[in-house]
Amino acid sequence: MKVVLSHLTKRFPNRNKKIKTEVTAVSDFDIEIPDGKLIGLLGPSGCGKSTILNLISGLEQPSEGRVYFGDEDVTELPPEKRGIGLVFQNYALYPHLTVLQNIMFPLENLKGEEKMSKEAIRAKAVETAKLVQIEDYLDRKPSELSGGQQQRVAIARALVKRPNVLLLDEPLSNLDARLRLQTREEIKRIQKETGVTTIFVTHDQDEAMSISDYIIVMKAGILQQVGRPQDVYDDPCNLFVAKFLGVPPVNVFDGMVRNGRLFIGENDVLGVSGLKDCDVYVGVRPEGYLVEEDGLLKCGLRSVEVQGRDTSIIATNAAAEGGSFRAIVIAEYAPDPKADKVNLNIKPNKVYLFDRDTEERISCSVSR
Amino acid sequence: MLSKNNKKAWLYLLPALILLLLFMVYPLIDVFIYSFEEGYNSASGVFFGYGGYNYSYVLHDPYFLQAVRNTFIIVIITVPLSTAFALLISLGLSSIKKLKELYQTVFFLPYVTNTLAVGLVFMILFRKTAYTDGLVNLLITFFGGETVDFIQGPYWAKMFVMCFYTIWVVLPFKILILTSALASVPQEYYNAAKIDGTSKWRTFTKITLPYISPMILYLVITGFIGAFKAYSDEVALFGTDLNGAGMNTIVGYVYDMLYGNSGGFPSYASAAAIILFAIVLTITVINLMVSGKNTANIG
Amino acid sequence: MKENKVLKTLTYVMLSLWGLMVIFPFYWMLLTSVKDYGAYNAERIPKFFTASPTIENYIHAFTEVPLARYFANTVLFTLITTFVMVAVTVLAAFAFSRLNFRGKNLLFTGFLALMMIPNELVIITNFQTVTSWGLRNTFAGLILPSITSVFYIYLLKENFEQIPDTLYSAAKVDGCSDLHYLTRVMIPICKPTIVTVVILKVIECWNSYVWPRLITDNSLYFLVSNGIQEIRENGFGRENIPAMMAAVVVISLPLIVLFLIFHKKIMEGVSRGGTKG
Repeated sequence: MKVVLSHLTKRFPNRNKKIKTEVTAVSDFDIEIPDGKLIGLLGPSGCGKSTILNLISGLEQPSEGRVYFGDEDVTELPPEKRGIGLVFQNYALYPHLTVLQNIMFPLENLKGEEKMSKEAIRAKAVETAKLVQIEDYLDRKPSELSGGQQQRVAIARALVKRPNVLLLDEPLSNLDARLRLQTREEIKRIQKETGVTTIFVTHDQDEAMSISDYIIVMKAGILQQVGRPQDVYDDPCNLFVAKFLGVPPVNVFDGMVRNGRLFIGENDVLGVSGLKDCDVYVGVRPEGYLVEEDGLLKCGLRSVEVQGRDTSIIATNAAAEGGSFRAIVIAEYAPDPKADKVNLNIKPNKVYLFDRDTEERISCSVSR
Repeated sequence: MLSKNNKKAWLYLLPALILLLLFMVYPLIDVFIYSFEEGYNSASGVFFGYGGYNYSYVLHDPYFLQAVRNTFIIVIITVPLSTAFALLISLGLSSIKKLKELYQTVFFLPYVTNTLAVGLVFMILFRKTAYTDGLVNLLITFFGGETVDFIQGPYWAKMFVMCFYTIWVVLPFKILILTSALASVPQEYYNAAKIDGTSKWRTFTKITLPYISPMILYLVITGFIGAFKAYSDEVALFGTDLNGAGMNTIVGYVYDMLYGNSGGFPSYASAAAIILFAIVLTITVINLMVSGKNTANIG
Repeated sequence: MKENKVLKTLTYVMLSLWGLMVIFPFYWMLLTSVKDYGAYNAERIPKFFTASPTIENYIHAFTEVPLARYFANTVLFTLITTFVMVAVTVLAAFAFSRLNFRGKNLLFTGFLALMMIPNELVIITNFQTVTSWGLRNTFAGLILPSITSVFYIYLLKENFEQIPDTLYSAAKVDGCSDLHYLTRVMIPICKPTIVTVVILKVIECWNSYVWPRLITDNSLYFLVSNGIQEIRENGFGRENIPAMMAAVVVISLPLIVLFLIFHKKIMEGVSRGGTKG
């Protein structure tokens, strides 16, 4: 089922009661989420991601705007009537109930026509447990399970009512690194198998990039960019999105355009067409450098690091944000670590220019 | 969600609210009014007017003055003694491993017993009748002392049983609290002290005592409050006619005034209760102030 | 090392001595209760054993004074009071911990202030109130003022608040109503605290003396504490100490048995939230 958020705004009263002004957590959020996809809602902590999730689930009411599931306006519906499943960051399993009882819990609350027989409830719960591969632990209490297993139980509980939309709030943040990789594949698999529209919230761009069909990037309650992960990475719409996606992060330089040439500091590095003279921020992906004898960007060399299959150099340049930056280079072209200077050329397709004031992307074509 | 819950919340609170209003808030206001109503007659519900006569009557009543004296003696003797003794026993308990649980369980026994019932046993152990000197007196003569009737004999003897029984009754709670307080001192401190070669006594005064001092303070304050309210333990030992036995307490005086042989005077009872409350409040505040000075630099 | 051993021995001696002090009255009550009336009175020097135990005193205790009645009254009083109090307390604690309503903080502050009010101050008016309602010598009169406890509401509210908010949200999404959430989730999770409250209340009820004494003068409604005073002052016609001790044993036994079974739980509960009286 597709989910449409139409101009959603959510304001909270200030926590300090003496301050009468409200805090805006989400502002004019407008998006259509396609049916049957896995969507990553991405942004730094406190940007309003969880609020969006709560607005979709109905745990909170929007101050303005509507929420549609398919063509139905669900804005006024309470959570249990919306047909959603919700997985919490800390799983929120009922500690006094067994795995099976936890999964059965939502079904037991059904009333009236939807009411199910004990056997039917059990059968459905077991079936769902199998889907998430937790069927061997049905009689355990949550406290006797590992984090990853608890996560599966939480997902099973969310799925057991066959929701139209599955919502996951930071599903992986409580897991250790190895389990995180495993579990995100698992989430992907479950989503594929059930075909349920799934929205998950995360602050970890790597997580979002690796399993989402689409990602939604937001900042301070405002939608920044939506798209396929690779598209957003290759084509960020502003400096924030560029910086937020990618590890190591994009390098930012103070730059300027003069007579169709792009300057970083004093160095004339690339050609620019379709742009008048102006001051810009230059964003360069770490993999966008070539170490060359006649490299146009003259830098100091601080160190060369070999980490597994990557070799990266830490270079210094007065125009770089913070004075230094990290570039990932091919090992065989890495400079002599003892040298104190390195010359770099920049790949044109890895460079973005941003307006100094608005930090919006400037569209133009860059070439050598 | 705020408005949605409003009515429902009050519904959940309703039973507790009604009961508290009826049996705590209203009586609290009423007791002050009572205490100023002069010449109240509980049969007719008539009184002459408002004034401080009830207080003046109570403060001049020899029974009340004796009750105050008894209460203060009980407080001054039992609170420090029971706290110190509880500390000693708790220290002993936390230093052993074998039989620790058994001792703990046994020591806690008085907490769960009906003090009226066990008081009766104490009375039998301590009293001296025409037929027998009783067990305690047997012990006293064994060690070469003079027998004495602790229940109907001299004042000091009665006070001794009184305090002994009170300590017997209040000790379990204090031991329990102090034992768990001692167990909560982090072992690292002791290890560090051991490495530094700190003596046992120094470890106790410099590490253990400061660490558990908030709990001791708590016990002293609740001990004071509890001892000032002493009553049923006295009844257990000396019977309901405490004035006759010369062993009444302030709370006993209140109840006697309200309903007892000399009862039917709720106004006097109210005045006495408020005087008691004032004393307890004052002592608690003094306690807090004194300890505030002493523990401020530890916290 | 040597010094340690001496200290250890001293510790055990001290602990054993106090243990003896605690146990001895119980032993004495049990011993006396099985001594023959005639034999007991003939003992000028009390004996520490009896060769011929008798249960006659227990028969006397049940036949000559209405001990069974006191006992039944107390059981009934304890059960009803504890049950109703727990219900009232759980509902109030739930409202304070989980629901939002106007004036919540103010009301709760008021509740906390009430915790400082000693019973002695309000019992006078309560006595007058219950008397004026004509509830003296009734169970209603006995029970009514004892079924609210600000302290237990506070204790339970604190415990309820430790349940993460997300559990409530999860239950909401699962279609769980507030009352359902209370009974299906909060109460089971907080069972240890509720058990603590029950234990403390049962002990309190079983030993309560002052209020029952004020509100009952008809021995049909006496609880065990008043019963024992009654027995002491007017019971058995002559001074029958062994029979009296038999009554004392009967009265003390339920709580002691309860304690021996649940001693860990009870001690844990008392150290978490108990004060006597």
